[in-house]
Amino acid sequence: MAGGGAGGGGRTQSAAFAPVRLWLLLPSWAVIAIFMGLPLLIMLVYSFLTKEFRGGVIWEFSLAAYDRFVFDRGLFGDDPPVLNTTYLTIFARSLIQALVATALCLLIGFPAAFYIATRPPEQRTLWLLLITVPYWVNLLIRTVSMKFLIRENGPLNEFLMGIGLISEPLPLVNTDIAVQLGLFYSYLPFMVLPIYAAVERYDFSLSEAAADLYADRWTILREVTLPAVRPGVIAGCILVFIPSLGAFLAPDLLGGARTFMIGSLIEEQFKGAAGDWPFGAAAATILMTIVLIALLLHARAEARREV
Amino acid sequence: MNVLKLGAAALILSAGAAGAQEKLSVYHWFEYIPQELVDKFTAETGIEVTIDTYDSNEALLANLKAGKLGSYDVAVPGDYMVSIMLGEGMLDEIQPGELKNIGNIEPQWADVAFDPGRKHSIPYQWGSTSFMVNRDAFKGDIRTTDIIFNPPAELSGKINVLDTAGETLTFASLHLGIPQCATDRAQLKALDDLVQGAKAHWASFNSDGAKDVLVSGDVAAGMIWNGFGQKARLEGANVEYAYPKEGYIVWMDNVVLLKDAPNRAAAIKFMDFLLEPENAAAVTNFARYTAGVKGVEPFLDEELKTSPEQNPPADAPAGTFVQVCDEATQKVYDQIWTRLKQ
Amino acid sequence: MARRNDVRRYPGFLGITLFCLVVLYAPLVVVAVYSFNASPSITLWGGFSFRWYEEVFFGLEAEKFKRAAWNSVTIALMAGGAATVIATAAALGMVRAGRFRGKGASFALLSLPIMAPEIVTAVATLIFFSLIGLTLGYGSILLAHIVFCIPFAYLPIAARLEGIEGAFDEAAQDLYATRWEAFRFILLPLLAPGIVSGFLLAFIISLDDFIITNFVKGAGVETLPTAIFGAVKQGIKPDIMALSTLMLGISIVLVTISYFVGKAGSTRR
Repeated sequence: MAGGGAGGGGRTQSAAFAPVRLWLLLPSWAVIAIFMGLPLLIMLVYSFLTKEFRGGVIWEFSLAAYDRFVFDRGLFGDDPPVLNTTYLTIFARSLIQALVATALCLLIGFPAAFYIATRPPEQRTLWLLLITVPYWVNLLIRTVSMKFLIRENGPLNEFLMGIGLISEPLPLVNTDIAVQLGLFYSYLPFMVLPIYAAVERYDFSLSEAAADLYADRWTILREVTLPAVRPGVIAGCILVFIPSLGAFLAPDLLGGARTFMIGSLIEEQFKGAAGDWPFGAAAATILMTIVLIALLLHARAEARREV
Repeated sequence: MNVLKLGAAALILSAGAAGAQEKLSVYHWFEYIPQELVDKFTAETGIEVTIDTYDSNEALLANLKAGKLGSYDVAVPGDYMVSIMLGEGMLDEIQPGELKNIGNIEPQWADVAFDPGRKHSIPYQWGSTSFMVNRDAFKGDIRTTDIIFNPPAELSGKINVLDTAGETLTFASLHLGIPQCATDRAQLKALDDLVQGAKAHWASFNSDGAKDVLVSGDVAAGMIWNGFGQKARLEGANVEYAYPKEGYIVWMDNVVLLKDAPNRAAAIKFMDFLLEPENAAAVTNFARYTAGVKGVEPFLDEELKTSPEQNPPADAPAGTFVQVCDEATQKVYDQIWTRLKQ
Repeated sequence: MARRNDVRRYPGFLGITLFCLVVLYAPLVVVAVYSFNASPSITLWGGFSFRWYEEVFFGLEAEKFKRAAWNSVTIALMAGGAATVIATAAALGMVRAGRFRGKGASFALLSLPIMAPEIVTAVATLIFFSLIGLTLGYGSILLAHIVFCIPFAYLPIAARLEGIEGAFDEAAQDLYATRWEAFRFILLPLLAPGIVSGFLLAFIISLDDFIITNFVKGAGVETLPTAIFGAVKQGIKPDIMALSTLMLGISIVLVTISYFVGKAGSTRR
């Protein structure tokens, strides 16, 4: 599946390690189940409890959190319930934003990863490190600096006006474009590294064979190379898509925080004045359920491809 | 479980590194106490101080609620958060006579509604929340909350508001002249309509960047705290702080004694230390707000004594504290805020 | 002078790669330039000065920054390393051990740490840690980092492993190599680029984390992100820019060294 989930879209199946499978998988299962699974289980339980005013929970079963998500009872909470579009809007907005960010990272990250993977071996690591070096500087600092670059009287606009490309400064700050730019550079390596790892292994004699049959390069890339490096591409997409879905630094700082994203909505429930932990837990549960279903559907499709 | 063992070993190691020296654990805002002052305290008392930081009153509460109560001695919550923490039973009581310098507290802050009788807290700094306007962009009268909620054409679309429901909605209530924690439905509806309508004029919601957006020129007007605003002016922006005639918000941060404090005696010494006028003034000079302690004037920077941000004009109305609403009322305000940012 | 039908070269790919670097490095240029600004502002230029570097090395908070940087780097190295080892084993178990029931569920479990929004992980982990009575400190940060680094290391490694012919390790075993030898001498060298990618990802994820660290750290233990976050949120101060530039400098030096070491290694071969 995606980067090796349900069975590996690879060419041949090997079971060389089957006898020790359990020992290989046990450390990761145990670590994640105990230190991530149990905490998240607590969260799941919290989503069914009664909210304590100003954060925390009261140990009493309640569906209020899910009710709040689904039904709108007006400003004062006593109108007849109608379907609540508030949170659906927020989810849809975040979903679209994450999809666009993933597409953007793929469109630009794939050629970059491909280019790096086709460098002479001793240069490849250098290129990879070049992509990751900026991450030694905290994301927040980079985001603030990015904002500085693209603001109305910032260097980017001055440069573009200087070379005569535009006559008026582009209003970029507090727009969706700025948010996309922020997500793009937050998550680019998440796309480049897995694709690189796949392309680096790719057997170019396949492409050459295709070339001998007079296929042009772009057809070869699409029809031969891409399917072969698919696991890397999918791994990259997952690594960009899921964090983008919950991101709030880029939307808040570069987008102006005029609207909630899933990430900021959930954060507000735990850290904000509203302090509705069960609702935050419920929103997180719903988000994770959506992602989980998508991953499992994908795993199943991938397993079917293999047969 | 190897990892568990490894983790446990690392924990024991980090715990074992500590010496027998007396210690103090402070939970504080980011960038709100000068390091020199902490060093001075250590030099005077021999108490080793560790400082941990949070970025909002709510983050402080969330952290303590999720299990950090018992690991800190003192924290510095804002006024309304003191009463919330008091209600949560998170504060320890200061016994009469424990604090030698308790008499240094300014009379106006000696007994406050958020901590009746000052049994759990001492004043740290106080200030106001209002807004600043770039005088290059707008030259008219700015001493009105219309600037934010019903702005002139020059400012529309170039306004930043604070990204905290408490302050922004309270400010809107002042604009409308309605009480905080209103229960009257017509008033609440009016508040909802006001902010929904005003949002079209607002470019961004930003608290931490409130200064930055003014200095950089991203916005021409923005809500801001007075000390933070002064920094914006000192960085060269042509901005003016307003004390609007409809009113403005005042707030006070307080040093509280936390329940289950591991070093209670050291905490008391620290509070006494902060009540010394010279030390309170050092914080003021650093953070540019106002101390709640008598006799700080001789130690203050000259500029603070006359600055327009710290010294309201004589005809300015008194400021208003943000009130703590009951649960049912708060729910409506939360609803208004969520709808606003939908 | 690429041959017209060279399948390794595509027009524009170099351009796109350079574009990536420009986007990634442009904000860093701002950071580096303004770290030499004599004025304490990031909008106004006040002349060239080293004062913020002095501040970082000799200022009152120098000790705090030094410790925070040390914690950050050591935690990132250990968490990245541990996660990479665990993830490599997991990848072998998932990709190289035949089909088994619950493979989908196993994959979902491995991906769990990236599926949860960070703030939820942070609050949940803190509640869990205090429930089991784990003292908060360096160890709790390390533990939390290992957990959320695993999927970031796993995905590139598994993707790489899928591209390696299964025939290799089977052939090795046919030749009476032990399973360990098959892994060590056949699979590991082939897998290396995937492991490097996975480790690098895990490393930068750990190095950059603020939200989770801020919740699970104990009093007085700081990482670089938690030490500078407040200062940065309220508009970056030049000493933070100087510190960031130094971190960048260190990483560039490390990269250069590893490049020359790698080069020497490959020519010897």
